[in-house]
Amino acid sequence: MLDRRAFLSVSALAGGGLMLGLSSKAQAKGEAAKGLNAYVSIAASGKVTILSKNPEIGQGIKTSLPMLIAEELDCDWSQVEVAQADLNTALYGRQVAGGSMAIPLHWTSHRQIGAAARQMLLQAAAARGRVPLAELTTAKGVVHHRASGAQWNYGALASAAAALPAPALDSVPLKDAKDFALIGTRQGGVDSARVLAGERLFGIDVDLPGQLYAVLETAPAHGALLKSVDSAAAARATGVVAVLPLAIHGAAQDSVAIVASNYWYAEQARKLLVAEWDLAPAQGHSSSVYAARAKALLDAGGGSDIRRDGDAAAKLAGAAKRITARYSYPFVAHATLEPQNCTALYQDGKLELWAPCQNPQAGVDLIARQLGIPTANQTLHITRMGGGFGRRLAGDYSLQAAAIAKALPGRPIQLIYSREEDFRRDNFRPGGWHGLTAGLDSAGNLVALTNQLITFTYDGKPAGAARMGAHQFPAGLVADLLYSQSTMPTTITTGPLRAPESNALCFVTQGFLDEVAEAAGKDLPALMLQLCAQDRVIGAAAAPGRPSSAFVTARARGVIEQVLADCGWATRGKSQGRAMGFAFYFCHLGYFAEVADVSVKGSEVTVHKVWVAADVGNQIVNPSGAENQVCGSVIEGIGHALGLEAVFENGVPVTQNFDTWPLPRIAATPEIAISWVKTDYPPTGLGEPALPPVIPAITNAIYAATGKRIRDLPVRL
Amino acid sequence: MSPPQTITLKVNGKNMAIKAAPEMPLLWALRQEAGLAGTKFGCGGGYCGACTVQINGEATRSCQVPVGEVDKVAVTTIEGLNDAMGARLKAAWLELDVMQCGYCQAGQLMSAHALLRANPRPSAAEIDAALDGNLCRCATYPRIRAAILKASGQEAQDA
Repeated sequence: MLDRRAFLSVSALAGGGLMLGLSSKAQAKGEAAKGLNAYVSIAASGKVTILSKNPEIGQGIKTSLPMLIAEELDCDWSQVEVAQADLNTALYGRQVAGGSMAIPLHWTSHRQIGAAARQMLLQAAAARGRVPLAELTTAKGVVHHRASGAQWNYGALASAAAALPAPALDSVPLKDAKDFALIGTRQGGVDSARVLAGERLFGIDVDLPGQLYAVLETAPAHGALLKSVDSAAAARATGVVAVLPLAIHGAAQDSVAIVASNYWYAEQARKLLVAEWDLAPAQGHSSSVYAARAKALLDAGGGSDIRRDGDAAAKLAGAAKRITARYSYPFVAHATLEPQNCTALYQDGKLELWAPCQNPQAGVDLIARQLGIPTANQTLHITRMGGGFGRRLAGDYSLQAAAIAKALPGRPIQLIYSREEDFRRDNFRPGGWHGLTAGLDSAGNLVALTNQLITFTYDGKPAGAARMGAHQFPAGLVADLLYSQSTMPTTITTGPLRAPESNALCFVTQGFLDEVAEAAGKDLPALMLQLCAQDRVIGAAAAPGRPSSAFVTARARGVIEQVLADCGWATRGKSQGRAMGFAFYFCHLGYFAEVADVSVKGSEVTVHKVWVAADVGNQIVNPSGAENQVCGSVIEGIGHALGLEAVFENGVPVTQNFDTWPLPRIAATPEIAISWVKTDYPPTGLGEPALPPVIPAITNAIYAATGKRIRDLPVRL
Repeated sequence: MSPPQTITLKVNGKNMAIKAAPEMPLLWALRQEAGLAGTKFGCGGGYCGACTVQINGEATRSCQVPVGEVDKVAVTTIEGLNDAMGARLKAAWLELDVMQCGYCQAGQLMSAHALLRANPRPSAAEIDAALDGNLCRCATYPRIRAAILKASGQEAQDA
């Protein structure tokens, strides 16, 4: 994010060379000014190092963010070394892998940093060659003076450039997009070769001298309380160094840590613990009980307003046709392939963490609050992650690792969740239930809509990611509209899962609008185009440093029309058992229309092909990475549609390993065709927005193929 | 559990003496006793394939093999997958930019390598069958398939 008060700071690199970073006025006065966020370092040897500030979870940000800098710097990308920044939000600002926000927030500032470094190298070259700066050009890390044939490697200019004053950030001209040499080209991940060599890059790979391994025995059920534990046998087991009761989350999440010389010894010893749990608080927190309660709440109607436009009840009463339906979706676990883990070393009052965290600051803050280790006494190294999907936005496992380390000063410990523990202690995508009613006028126009969400709460407010936003489509396009919610208590921990809220709400709203369209005698894309027919901009305008999250109807039309053309919607065949389904969604600043070609045989659903039309602005930074994000999102969405469901029985998740968690496997992979619809808006992120529409595209296709409406996920035929 | 004893691992052509309980899964012996972290822990139940290694050339889930059973038995891990076929696979993987998070990829490559040794020119369906046990949470499957086709000298499909 570009702080309006940000300015460039320059310093000399030890051993000769240039370091360039960004500072803010606030920071210059404070502690953090002691450091420089050296986004660009150019050594006298010519070696260019570019810093990647954000955590890498597989979204490719460690490649695409540095590409923005390298483009304007005009260096040789193949020779660039990318370094991962440690956590220091005072120096770097937001360091989060979440919300698909990294590209929109850094699109301008990162290019400015690269351009400024280039500008300083040009100044140094002009002085050295006694030639006008305007006669100089750059390419692949070399400054050229065409007229004389003189040239200077960046390395030879770096020390002289470091002695120059840094230019004002917004005074530096940026390239015209048509001159991009790197942005828009297919680039592989900067760490891929090291991953394939088996190098230690992930959090779970951290290996410090004398390191011990820890596992946790936690409540078997969400809400259960630890009554007593007999750890004598566990403490005597092979390899065990310590058995530590941990009371760090408050009583509801008491746990016992077993620390050993090897994870497997710790895990064996855990089975020797005799822990007694009070299961009473978890009683009744079962999927079947929740469903019955949700039905009663929907029957009762009402709820608290999320958004009330006009008078939907009156409009519905007078409608020529009313369509009513109920939809539901289940809890879903994140199931990152690398289980949650964190390595911590506590000594002399200071804590050092090696953490696979999407939002590392969350862990550090939690540790400061709960363990009393001030953030100034904590250092956090951000590791590569074996997937994130939202689970690693939480700081819980960092806190647990820190608590164990604090109890064993001087010994590095690595906490690793077993797979079962990882499922049990997930922050699940919350299940939800919706009652919807739409009204059509005599011409078949959608004139009123109500949508009541039944969701979960701990304290009266919706639980994590258990919400429906007031902007939910088609808010702003239907004059009489009521969104409301009712809550029921839960003990199950919930949180954001890739495309949070959208991954559920898109299914509900686009599934229901498919029903509305049918009742109106048209298909869903026709209804969507009709609703978006007027050029409208609905929602928040851009704020300084923050891109607009407004919904632009023209952009929706653009992707809808593109996907219809791509898949041949107008002339699509429809045979018994095989059909296409459509859906659109806008989230995370991205516009996605998707069509799924689906066949149904008995209870078996096959997704043959998915067409994706996407508008994420005027530029795809790295097409290879972008396609990866879209394909991954689409296939993950197929999993949501067809299989993933975390069922609870008295607070216990029934699924605790991959044998009963039907993530798509390689054979379930459809053909995926992507069209980028380029519009004149700055580029936005791709980690999430491709996921939601494929779910209703599949369920709408199943309806078209079989006549069976899918109103509850996952699909059961 | 039996008491820890000396076991000779024969990994990637090198002998390595470790001390471990013979029941310890090979996975944890590799990762935390032998210092080879390329083989990944995903589930501990043999369901996800992240821990796939080759034992005498057979793709095997190392979380399911007690280390005592592979005393002096030839084990290949991702760190040592550098024969001509391994190099071709890794090159195809990089050229097609297969990985996203990368965590499952060692297991995918170990399975792919075993497949190509048994079947040098597999069809897409044969690839799917051979790699069915290797979960990719990021769903890099289209490019895994394309990379195996490419490494086996068959036309890479767009992915």
